[in-house]
Amino acid sequence: MVQTIETQNLTLSYGDSIIIDELDLEIPKGEITVFIGGNGCGKSTLLRSIARLLKPKSGAVLLEGKAISKMSTKDVAKQMAILPQTPVAPEGLTVLQLVKQGRYPYQTWLKQWTEEDEKQVTNALKATGLEELKDRPVDSLSGGQRQRAWIAMTLAQDTDIVLLDEPTTYLDMTHQIEILDLLFELNEKEQRTIVMVLHDLNLACRYADNIVAIKDQKIYAQGKPEIVINCSLVRNVFGMECEIITDPLLGTPLCIPYGKGRCILKKAGTMIGS
Amino acid sequence: MLLKNNSQRLFGLIIAIVLLILLMCASIVYGYTDTTWKMVLDAFRNNNGSNEHIVIETVRLPRALIAAAVGSSLAIAGALMQTLTKNPLASPATFGVNAGAGFAVVLAVTFFSIGNLQAFTWISFLGAAIAAIGVYAIGSVGREGLTPMKLTLAGAAMTAMFASFTQGFLVINEAAFEQVLYWLAGSVEGRKMTVLTAVLPYLVISWLGSIIMASKLNVLSMGEDVAKGLGLNTGFLKICAAIIIIFLAGGSVAIAGPVGFIGIVIPHVARSIIGIDHRWVIPFSGILGGILLLVADILARYIIMPQEVPVGVMTAIIGTPFFIYIVRKGFNAR
Repeated sequence: MVQTIETQNLTLSYGDSIIIDELDLEIPKGEITVFIGGNGCGKSTLLRSIARLLKPKSGAVLLEGKAISKMSTKDVAKQMAILPQTPVAPEGLTVLQLVKQGRYPYQTWLKQWTEEDEKQVTNALKATGLEELKDRPVDSLSGGQRQRAWIAMTLAQDTDIVLLDEPTTYLDMTHQIEILDLLFELNEKEQRTIVMVLHDLNLACRYADNIVAIKDQKIYAQGKPEIVINCSLVRNVFGMECEIITDPLLGTPLCIPYGKGRCILKKAGTMIGS
Repeated sequence: MLLKNNSQRLFGLIIAIVLLILLMCASIVYGYTDTTWKMVLDAFRNNNGSNEHIVIETVRLPRALIAAAVGSSLAIAGALMQTLTKNPLASPATFGVNAGAGFAVVLAVTFFSIGNLQAFTWISFLGAAIAAIGVYAIGSVGREGLTPMKLTLAGAAMTAMFASFTQGFLVINEAAFEQVLYWLAGSVEGRKMTVLTAVLPYLVISWLGSIIMASKLNVLSMGEDVAKGLGLNTGFLKICAAIIIIFLAGGSVAIAGPVGFIGIVIPHVARSIIGIDHRWVIPFSGILGGILLLVADILARYIIMPQEVPVGVMTAIIGTPFFIYIVRKGFNAR
């Protein structure tokens, strides 16, 4: 396995409370990695620290073998893009203006705006299907379009690695699939490494090559969803009883929770009795 | 947004610059003793030492330049503060920076009898810095960190505190009261050119600095996390911007007293005309700020002629309705 991001003894905390404890993690290159775990387990915190938005208490994050804390932040931005959770664009900013900001790491005093910048912005708009909407203000778009615009900005950054913190939050099911399909294609076509936090276990199983389940400040399990996802993982990580079946469309694991609900199944036994 | 593309924006900027220059000339010509445009021209080309020429050179000219410089500085400081705090109500006056500088100056002039212009300027910077740090610290208390609402309340509290200190101090020191009252209301009248030249270098550096950092402010306005992700050193940028704000606000107060409303009103006007790109907003705000203070100062001469209204009162008359408008619009939208 070729890893592109690695954490060594990474400990993260907010004040005195430890969120992630001495974590060693390797993220494979060119694959989709998804962090899962219960609310407040630290999966977003971990992603933020990999993106150098949060300073570790101790330990290090390595990017291609180099500690990101020792690299210039602009150099990191040329290798790794981050889309934070629910970003807010300033009122009136157009899609094009937003996407152009993705070229910030490449701009210097002497080199303001080049053909390469223009090309990357055009490609990002094309990949996200936003060419028609490029002059519209971001705040006038629907939730799905808005998220696509932000993803376009990270694409314009032209990095091998894209990190996304819950990119499907607040989107309806259609748009969740639309966004994840888009990221999946980017990974397929351009071999970009994608690391994201997802809440929905079933979507995680569907799109991830590599799942990282986080529990009690540690990694509980890591690997292909079809190998690591089972009833005992869901019980231990999410504290929920469930049945794991195979997705009839794609064959990936599908989690069906136990619990209450309207039962309209007619069981064989009861049918005979009545 | 009124101007849609860059050539329109450039045109708008040029019109504004022309208007600024015309208003500076008007400020020199019109007033209690009206002179003529020809007389003004003569005073510059061959000053014969006549009374009129001396008035133009030592009274009217400094006044026009000071109004333009102070108006620009306060407007740019307001634009920076609104971006830095993501707060539509941010300005040197509403966040107590002007009041802090004002108190420091009153203290220095009356209690320590400081007459040296350089010392005077730095004391004003110090007052502005203390108020700015105070507002930032109070606004950051609590677990959710810096919110626009808390920052606004902290600013209001800080303004009230420094205003009370200043008043209390003047009550026990009557001689000082006479000396600083007019200045405290905000006034560009009766200032010597040396007052401006003492502060001008700091203002010019700040103007240039704010234009240089404009494209970085565009990145910052997309949010702290996005900006950091794009490789912007947000901490350094914010410190630079804070120093510039302190120079601009402190410098303005040292010259003209705490003039309000320009810092809050002008950036909104500028954005509604020229869009949200800081590379345009900063210079345009600067020019509009100069225009507003010049207009206010010219009007101040005619309202209760032969007496003059302090220009701070004029900007308040113009600014208050606008302030209410922003409060209603700004907090609803966020």
